[in-house]
Amino acid sequence: MTTKLETPFTESKIRELHVGDMVEITGKLFTGRDAVHKYVFDGGLLPVSLENQIVYHCGPVVIKENGEWVVKAAGPTTSFREEPYQWKLIADLKLKGVIGKGGMGKKTLEACKAFGCCYFHAVGGAAQVLAEKIIKVNNVYMMEEFGSPEAIWEFEVMGFPVVVTMDTHGKSLHEDILNISTESLKKFL
Amino acid sequence: MTSMPMKQLHDSLLELIRRTSAELPGDIVRAIETQRKLEAESSQARYALDIIAENIGLAREKSQPLCQDTGTLHFYVRVPVGFDQHAFCEQTRDAVSEATAKGYLRQNSVDPITGKNTGNNLGPGFPTFHFEQHDVYEKNEVEVCLILKGGGCENVGAQYSLPNRALEADRNLEGVKRVILDSVIAAQGKGCAPGILGVCIGGDRTTGFDNSKEQLLRTLDDKNPDPTLAKLESDIVRISNELGIGPMGFGGKTTLLGCKIGVLNRLPASYFVSITYMCWAYRRQGIMMDKDGKITKWLY
Repeated sequence: MTTKLETPFTESKIRELHVGDMVEITGKLFTGRDAVHKYVFDGGLLPVSLENQIVYHCGPVVIKENGEWVVKAAGPTTSFREEPYQWKLIADLKLKGVIGKGGMGKKTLEACKAFGCCYFHAVGGAAQVLAEKIIKVNNVYMMEEFGSPEAIWEFEVMGFPVVVTMDTHGKSLHEDILNISTESLKKFL
Repeated sequence: MTSMPMKQLHDSLLELIRRTSAELPGDIVRAIETQRKLEAESSQARYALDIIAENIGLAREKSQPLCQDTGTLHFYVRVPVGFDQHAFCEQTRDAVSEATAKGYLRQNSVDPITGKNTGNNLGPGFPTFHFEQHDVYEKNEVEVCLILKGGGCENVGAQYSLPNRALEADRNLEGVKRVILDSVIAAQGKGCAPGILGVCIGGDRTTGFDNSKEQLLRTLDDKNPDPTLAKLESDIVRISNELGIGPMGFGGKTTLLGCKIGVLNRLPASYFVSITYMCWAYRRQGIMMDKDGKITKWLY
């Protein structure tokens, strides 16, 4: 069973979600990865507001064809690199969601609980399936400063498939699987 | 050797890049499909593998990258004596640049000091060439294999030095097994599991890692001619799949699709175990070219 999450992304909608929920997102996504996270954490100001928006950890392949931006590939990047910074972006920018892969840590989980934000896991490497759900490229910001993969791409998406793996209730699938697998290994040593 | 016609060489290399980026080789597709059916129907593991299967089909159909991280390019080139490597490298760089402009490759070459992206996938170390001279093929044949190695999985590779006190791993096969399994636990789903390990026992820090990556040129269904290593390879896969990490770290039965182990001699003082983690989007392809630069065979 799939939950549909549609814009506007409100705190009450986000707090209804739980780890394991399969969700389809319709609305805007803003890509942001290593460069953007460090920049904002260090006090940099963004040219666009991310209030009540969802950040997507992604460095897409986007090519200009006939004057229009076309997304050729858009799967998630590994989120854990942003762990030192994510909590601050959630708090200061008022993010409602973070999409990525591989999960994040305790600081992010606490910020999710405190500020009403979920971590959504997209399937890593599913660059074509996810690119198909991007129906329009609205804009791109900070391309000059950060280069194409690290720029902030504003995408309009419809039915973007993700799984909730960190919710606003303090639960993290990643923490659970780490504990389970570490315990299982003991049998084999 | 007489050089190949440059235009034909360029076109063949461009096609090699395109196909490596957009089409998964048969052995990987089969392995994913087998595992997909083994995961429980309404599980997140099954959901992940269903999307992966859909993605494999779409990428091939649209001739677009399987994964947006088209990674670093490693060209493994076997050439006859007297082959003009300079000209080959120049054509390869042109082909890489064109492939980037066309969107087969993401702009992935970043200066670590300035943070600037070169925009065309070229730069110091980009791409990487591994040349080997041969005398076994037909005169003037050239073999080119290409691996696109993404950053997510590259980041979860590891190199251990035995003995490792923390893991109670000594300088023996049991110790080797312990550190390999430790790397699988540490990776969880971050390398886009299900993964494939390339491992080298021995060598120094560079040769060990290089050799571990070269193991990825082997097919998934090959058998290690050394029975001890063959057993270790299948034990690692079997145990990893019982740890419950699963595709993407969602939980499940499919954590590894394979483990390929090579050996290099070592110094008495050193005992390295080098592990390269490859993601499910195992982009590995190869061609044979005749003296005119035409592709005569696809290798995977």
